[in-house]
This record gives sequence, C-alpha cells and structure tokens, in this order.
Amino acid sequence: MYRDENRGIFWSKFYMKARTVLVYTVLILLSFLCLITIYLLIAMSTKSHLTLITPLKPNDRWAVLRFGTSFGKNFGSIFKTGPGGFESRYNAKFVTSLGNSAIVAIGATFCSVYFSTVVAYGIHMYRFKLRNAAFTFILVIMMIPTQVSTTGFISMCYKFGWIDHLFPLIIPAVASPVTFFYIKQYMESVLPFEMVEAARVDGAGEIRIFHQIVLPVMKPALAVQIIFAFVGSWNNYFVPQLLLGKASKRTLPVIVAALYSASNGSKDMGLIYMVIFVSIVPLTIVYFIFSRYIMKGLTLGAVKG
Amino acid sequence: MASRIRKRKTLSYAKWGYIFILPFFIVYAIFQLYPLLTTFIYAFQSVTKVGTNIVNKGWNNFANFQYLFETNDWAKTFGTTMIIQFMGFIPQLVVSLLLAVWFTDSRLKIKGASFFKAVIYMPNLIMATAMAQLFATMFQATGPLGQILLKEGQSLAGMKWGLRWLVAFINFTMWFGNTTILLMAGVMGIDDSIFEAATIDGAGPIRTFKDITMPLLMPIFIYVFLTSLIGGIQMFDIPQNILIGSYGSGGDFRQVRTIIMYLNAFLGTSKNFGRAGALSLILFVITSVLSFVIYKTTATDMSAARAKKKAAKKAKKVNA
Repeated sequence: MYRDENRGIFWSKFYMKARTVLVYTVLILLSFLCLITIYLLIAMSTKSHLTLITPLKPNDRWAVLRFGTSFGKNFGSIFKTGPGGFESRYNAKFVTSLGNSAIVAIGATFCSVYFSTVVAYGIHMYRFKLRNAAFTFILVIMMIPTQVSTTGFISMCYKFGWIDHLFPLIIPAVASPVTFFYIKQYMESVLPFEMVEAARVDGAGEIRIFHQIVLPVMKPALAVQIIFAFVGSWNNYFVPQLLLGKASKRTLPVIVAALYSASNGSKDMGLIYMVIFVSIVPLTIVYFIFSRYIMKGLTLGAVKG
Repeated sequence: MASRIRKRKTLSYAKWGYIFILPFFIVYAIFQLYPLLTTFIYAFQSVTKVGTNIVNKGWNNFANFQYLFETNDWAKTFGTTMIIQFMGFIPQLVVSLLLAVWFTDSRLKIKGASFFKAVIYMPNLIMATAMAQLFATMFQATGPLGQILLKEGQSLAGMKWGLRWLVAFINFTMWFGNTTILLMAGVMGIDDSIFEAATIDGAGPIRTFKDITMPLLMPIFIYVFLTSLIGGIQMFDIPQNILIGSYGSGGDFRQVRTIIMYLNAFLGTSKNFGRAGALSLILFVITSVLSFVIYKTTATDMSAARAKKKAAKKAKKVNA
C-alpha cells in the first residue's frame, strides 16, 4: 500500500526525475513524428517534378529534406490554364475544386454541429413520451458504420439524378450521432434547467431561448465539434469518389487521388504536392481559430464516470 | 401578468421536444434509413448499374451470398482490416493513455504542454490520401527510408507484414492525437480531490493510474474503444492509396485489402450493387455483434467502476 513511501526520499526523487526524462523524451519524439510529416509535405511542394521522380542517390538520400526551388512554379501551375497547368490536366479550374471542397465542408459542418445541438437540446430539456426511445435509437445507430448504407445511398442518388451534386454530401450531416452524443454530454454538465426556466418566466420563446441562451453557453463544445466536423468533411474521400464523376464537381481528396493514379507520363508530382499543401492551409486556419477551445471545452464536457 | 405566469407553468412543453428532434429524424430517415433498407433488399436481388441507370432484375435466390461465401473474400478482407486496425490501435491506446495522464498530472507540470497538445493533433489535418502517398514515397524502394529498410529487389507491394505495419503506422500517426484529446477529457472529468487523497495516502503514479484513473476512466475508454473499432472497420483511404502505381490492389498478397476496399470494388468497378448489398449486410451483422458483445462485457465493468468510485469517495471523507 505505501510502496512509494518506503522507497525513501532519495528513491522517490530519483523516480520522479526518471519519469520527467521519460515524459519529455516521448513527447519530443512524437512531436517530431507529427512535425516531420508536415515539413515533408511542405518541402515536397517546393520541388520540381523531375526532382521528385528521380530516385535519390544512396549517398545523398537526405536530399529529400532539403527545400527545392520550384515553389513559385508549382504554385503558378495550379492556377495556370495553359498546357501543364491544373486545368489542362484535370478539366477543371483549381479555384472551382477548392470552392467545391469549401461548400461541402462549411455546409456539412454547419448542418452537423447546429442540428446536433438542436436535437441534443430537445432530448435534454423537454420531457416527452418518445424521449428515451429517441435517445436509445441515436445511440444504436451511432454503432452502424455509414458505409453499410452507402450502396443504397449511391443508388438513390442515381435514381433521383443527384450524381454530380454537392448537396447529398451536405444535408445528411444533419443526422450525425457521434456529434450529437458529444454535445449532449457537454450540455448535461453546463446547462441547468433553472437557466432556461428563468428565461421562460421573462417571456422568451423556446426558439429564442435556444439561440440566445443555449448556443452561447455551448460555445466551447461547438468549437471542438466544428474542428472535428470540418476536418472530417474536408478530407472525406469514400462517398465523394463514388458520387462525383464530373471533374468540375469534385472535391480535393478525390482530385488528389485521381491526379496520383494518372499514368506516369501525364502527371506532375510538384503540382500534386502543391494541391495537397494548399488544401491543408484552410484546415490549419480553422484549427488555430478553434483549437484554444479544444483544451478548455473538453475539460467541461468531460464524461463524468 | 400573474395569470400569464400561472398559465405558462401549466403549459406543456412536450411538443417542443418533438419539434427539436424532428430535423434529425427526417434527415436520418431519408438519407440513411431508406438507403440502409434499400441496401438490405439489394442483398437478395440481382442489381447492377448500367451507365447511369440502376437495373434491378429482382430476387435471385441468395446468389449474391453464394458468390461471397464461395470466394470467402469478405472474411479475408475483414480479417485483414482487423489485423491492421489492432496493429495500429493497441500502440495508439497505450501512447494516448500515457499522454492523457501526463498532460493532466498536476505534479508533472509539463513545460510547453499547449505546444505539444496542438502539435499531436496536426497529422489529422492532412487528408488520408495525401498521408498515404507521402509515406509511400518515403518507404518505396527508391525512397529515402525504403533504401535503408528494403533489401535488394524487394518492393513495398511484395512485403506482407512490412506493408501492413506501414498502414498501421500511418493510422497511428494520424489518430493518436485525437484519441489523446478524448481520453484527456475523461481524466479531467475525475474529481481532483480523489487524486489528492491518493497522493496523501502515498500512492505513486503507477498505482494511481491502475487503481484510480483507469477504473474511473472506463466509460469514456469504452466510448473511445467502440468508436475506434467502428472507425477501423471503415479503413479505406490509406490502404487504397498506399501503393504507387497499383492503387486499390492491396499488395501482391492482398495483404492490405480491407473490407471497404472490397465494397468499393463492387460499387466503383464491377457496379454489382446486389453483391455490394450482401457484403454490407454481412458487415452490418458483424458490427452489431461486436458492439453488443463489447457493450455487454463492459457494462459489468462500468458498474464495478461506479462501486470503486463510491469507495474512493468514502476513503476521501475518512481522510478529511
């Protein structure tokens, strides 16, 4: 029971020191792993196609870490309309593709975060007959991988002519059980009934209470879910690659995969890495706007044991 | 005014409950439930896509299932998916748990903690397709790490376990930050005074972790475990794009061919929606059984955890 005490002051001090060394070693190694992947992607986007496809010399293999001189050229070619540019290789403007990704990600993020909060509030605040049934139902469907219904979903899109449209990637996000579950947990810990009751006595309507009292209280949890939803939707690949056939309707992950799998003669690796690099920029911005909430928000939203 | 308040108090708000949950259920019914049922019906029919039309030739006497069970690829690809998932997920859980405990340990006071927390989530920002390509470039025979690790004449596609480890490693890199954030939330939710009481009682970090942190963390731990398992079954982007020049092949031994890659081949390449439906139904049954088993086995753990928490609280009172 009192094992640590018996070790004596010396041992326990030594023990804590050793632990500190271990902690920092692990943290530095893991951070290195994370930063090197990002660094490599940036370094790749500064190199020319020729440099990227030439096998590295065994005596100079760490040339992979050096920056190249083609950043400007690669950046230019994603916007170029002439031969060798993004448009001539892909039959679509890069700006259009970036726009598609932005529309889908912003739309899907709004749908999933806003409506998950709406349904969480409905179940948290009101007592109605089907309340428990609704809650259990959502928990059950949370365990079904979305891919299980993809076959029917794609066939529905063909039947109704929804292929090459973006809204089938946005609207379904309204029903996001995982987002709902997180927001519901958070709501339980920060939203007392009295607060809502007081607003009712003051004569505020239910919808107004939701928008003016509940949403502001939920801000930290919403920020966390905005990051998760935005990143997930921006990088979504499986359904978009089945749904979006027309080049001008595709989102960035589909384009990156298509550009990669093009035959060797017709691809420009420098351009591909530039597309990847540019596509990470909006995510990084969203991440740094909302990430300060991640730590704060999750503290409060913790699932109490 | 007084009468208005009284009137409000007797008002029933039940209808608002239904109004608030309505959008979720309408959208779910149209975009997920209806497709789910269609998928299950297709499982027993002969359905193909010709051009942009879905051609349904009606019931076909379990022919889709017969095909799936003859080739047995569903079991092979599912097995592969699970193997790769656990190769990455077990180290991920260990590392994430350690980090979650360290970040929340008030005695440790990590310098630059917010920097580390921000950095470990960053690989999640990179699209998985790009991540797969980047690692493939590094580890292929001509790449800087491939030159060191691969023997003469060896290729990434020809490595059975090497390629699996690579996919698992990418999964780990992308997701351990996310898991850490979730687990940290769980640890922070534990009452600080329980940790204090443990320290006063002379419990060291290992004992504190084993007897206090872990049992109290159980509910969120199960949540993380279940969602990761479901997420792992959906593994697709990375193994699909990991081999430069032979996308979606899964390697020379199909060693990284996952079940969703198999599904994707029906939907994208052979356009056989009937077989896709049958495979989806099998997948649905597997995940339902897995979820149920995990839920049942851990439900008892949960009540044990609650009992332990009560005991800990009692101990705290005695100490005070």
